Amino acid sequence: MATTLTINGEPKSFDAPADMPLLWVLRDVLGMTGTKFGCGIAQCGACTVHIDGKPVRSCMLPVSAVRDRAVTTIEGISASSAGAKVQKAWLDLEVIQCGYCQSGQIMSAAALLATTPNPDDSDIDAAMAGNICRCGTYVRIRAAIKQAASGRQS
Amino acid sequence: MTVAEKISVVKTSAKNAPDPVSRRALLTGGLAGGLLLAFHLPVRALVPNEPEQPLDATAGKFAPNAFIRIDGAGHTTLVMPQVEMGQGVYTAIAMILAEELDADFSQVTLRHAPPNDRLYGNPTFGLQVTGNSNSIRAFWKPLRNAGAGARAMLVQAAAQQWQVEPANCSTANGEVTHKESGRVLSYGALAAAAGSQTPPKEVPLKDPKDFALIGKPLKRFDTPDKVNGKAVYGIDAMLPGMKFATLAACPVFGGKVGKVDDSAAKKIPGVQKVVVLDDLVAVVGDHMWAAKKGLDALKVTWDEGPNARISSKDVWNDLRAASEKDGVVARSEGDIAKGLATGERMDAAYELPFLAHATMEPLNATVHLTPDSCEIWTGTQIVSRVQAEAAKAAGLPVDKVIVNNHLLGGGFGRKLEPDMVVAAVRIAKQVDGPVKVVWTREEDIQHDVYRPVYRDTIAATLLDGKIVGWKYRITGSAVIARWLPPAFQKGIDIDAVDSAVDMPYDIPNIHVEYVRAEPPAVPTGFWRGVGPNNNVFAVESFMDELARKAGKDPIAFRLAMLGKNPRMQAALNLAAEKSNWGQPLPARVGRGVCVQPSFGSFIATVVEAEVDEAGEVHLRRVTSAVDTGIAVNPDTIMAQLEGGLIFSLTAALYGEITIDKGRVQQSNFHDYRMLRIDQAPKIEVHVIKSGEAPGGIGETGSTAGPPALRNAIYAATGVALRRLPIDRTLIAVGKKA
Repeated sequence: MATTLTINGEPKSFDAPADMPLLWVLRDVLGMTGTKFGCGIAQCGACTVHIDGKPVRSCMLPVSAVRDRAVTTIEGISASSAGAKVQKAWLDLEVIQCGYCQSGQIMSAAALLATTPNPDDSDIDAAMAGNICRCGTYVRIRAAIKQAASGRQS
Repeated sequence: MTVAEKISVVKTSAKNAPDPVSRRALLTGGLAGGLLLAFHLPVRALVPNEPEQPLDATAGKFAPNAFIRIDGAGHTTLVMPQVEMGQGVYTAIAMILAEELDADFSQVTLRHAPPNDRLYGNPTFGLQVTGNSNSIRAFWKPLRNAGAGARAMLVQAAAQQWQVEPANCSTANGEVTHKESGRVLSYGALAAAAGSQTPPKEVPLKDPKDFALIGKPLKRFDTPDKVNGKAVYGIDAMLPGMKFATLAACPVFGGKVGKVDDSAAKKIPGVQKVVVLDDLVAVVGDHMWAAKKGLDALKVTWDEGPNARISSKDVWNDLRAASEKDGVVARSEGDIAKGLATGERMDAAYELPFLAHATMEPLNATVHLTPDSCEIWTGTQIVSRVQAEAAKAAGLPVDKVIVNNHLLGGGFGRKLEPDMVVAAVRIAKQVDGPVKVVWTREEDIQHDVYRPVYRDTIAATLLDGKIVGWKYRITGSAVIARWLPPAFQKGIDIDAVDSAVDMPYDIPNIHVEYVRAEPPAVPTGFWRGVGPNNNVFAVESFMDELARKAGKDPIAFRLAMLGKNPRMQAALNLAAEKSNWGQPLPARVGRGVCVQPSFGSFIATVVEAEVDEAGEVHLRRVTSAVDTGIAVNPDTIMAQLEGGLIFSLTAALYGEITIDKGRVQQSNFHDYRMLRIDQAPKIEVHVIKSGEAPGGIGETGSTAGPPALRNAIYAATGVALRRLPIDRTLIAVGKKA
């Protein structure tokens, strides 16, 4: 099925089955490998992207369901103010270890800050509990979200 | 320089490796002793890191050893003998090399080492292995020598040009300076001349008080590309004309493929090919979605074989029976018969389950096979072994196999195995052009090599508040016997007894035995924390039970037997202080302690946890004090503890792989649960300043969490749990173990 999606502000045209999850379109068809495959059943959050600014697990989202909504991936998240702040805080606090889950963590955190500029611990728990980090960087993720929210420098 | 340029994949194979030429003995010092610290490996390193002509030595480039290249423009490239899987080792290795080299740290570029045991073998194993928390321990001296030797040659080159004494020249930030005359030459300008210098016989190393990089919490090299999607893991390999595949092995361990009906699978749009091997099937398509749908549509009748009758009950029955037998003696001091006949005796047995690794990056390998070549893209902890195993599977000489190693999306020991690469090579034999083989999460969980089940039996006696006899028997799989056969000597798995034979307490009569017991059907492997995970859990759990019997505070009880171990004692005192040990807590909240001398680091950890009336466990706070010797990058030390603690608390709370009808019952994160951010405790790590040689750190947190949590639950509820994962039914209100 010939499809055109707006990804990170740019139109991308490709041919893919209608039921193909957005994850595999991004990775295998468009070569945008920053979005990761972790579980395939929306349990780990590694594949998180934004659809019209909202965090979505792309591994279970059929490409046909995206329609004309805007897709943002980790490759484009720095264009948003919340995304750039999150990326900076992640580096300032050296959140990352292996990094494989962190595209998804950053997408979830950026979506949180876009709607909740000053999240408390329960906001963070609610927004981030869908993202598994096997390296166990949760303590720093929590601190980095708070830093990104406050704009404090490390 | 952008970060994308900082780390590049070295595309080299053994065929590019020259014959060994100049063996510069001066740069090899320090290999004889101190490497076998916690591992007690009885095999000598087959090939120490003798620097030879480097792989890409070219005219005008200074290439004094396997790790350092400096070109005429002053670009300094450091080749990483160990792999980066999140533990921060690339940054630590670069810091050590650059420290002694006096390189301009902001201008160095890192590269993955290609497969070559001679140049990049881990001195402890004689193989390129990243594991056992020993990257820094094993490479500390060789890397310092490599940096210092290269620096000396650059100084000689400058001194020769200026006709001055080398001793009157100094180095900093990639430049040599002759202070008296004010002359300065950059390393780039000296690169060509330095290459023709005779290496000096003796290379002095820096006094640690002069370290400019080591000991500082420097930013990691690998993280900037990990916030913007640019970091390339094995699973991200993209090649022109590449196809995508996913596979399924027989769900029963050891089973074979019987009949395959691929008529429905071949009708799935995008499916290109169905590959049927004796033990697995794979579907190749235009993308993973086609491959996955194709695999789901495949009708496979498996020949399940004899293991289809095996269940967890059989596994535990076998293990418990084996643990009743006498084992091979791994350590015996004093008189154990006399020790056990003295004072008050207590007995216990502790049991640990199978665990899967579940790296966030599912297993994968991309292979391009032609009649006379094989090129591989993957992320592995054992790049040379992968090359050798791929060559066997491809039926090609080793020098025809190119392995492009990558950043690893988690390792935890799973990528100490070559099976994912071997499977991909076998599939690639039936595919024209490159094929990326990615395992589903279900396949990853169900065809792991599992952390073995263990049973530890302990008998101990108490006299005047101290332990006088300690008889400890470990029963479990000998992973080392399969993985590194020369290291399996006299029936003892040196990993399985690690942290049991060298427990930190002063006990006059001590006896440690090992019983090798391989579980039926289930393959076993190394899992972050390895042998110490098991032994520290049993030892530290029992220490708490003994302390209670002796009527002592758990920390005071331990301190009284740590008199000969001041580093351990200091860590324990600091953890006690920082955790508010002894301060009152609400009902059903407890603190538990764990002391461990594992991997050459001395760590004390206190977990504070609450057990609610339903038996659910809530982690409140974790405090660790760590003496790891010289902390090359203290922030990395803290991060490894934080992460390792979460990793192991996950296992203690949820981790168990169970077997029914010869197959693993868990399949994905819904039934093989992970700890999430809303359950994560506060964690404080206190790094103790030390001048001792660096210890290991990557696995230490993974060893610390479970016993400390178990002891916190013991304090909160009075229930002495002796198995993991934690059984909530035993600690709910009104229940007794």
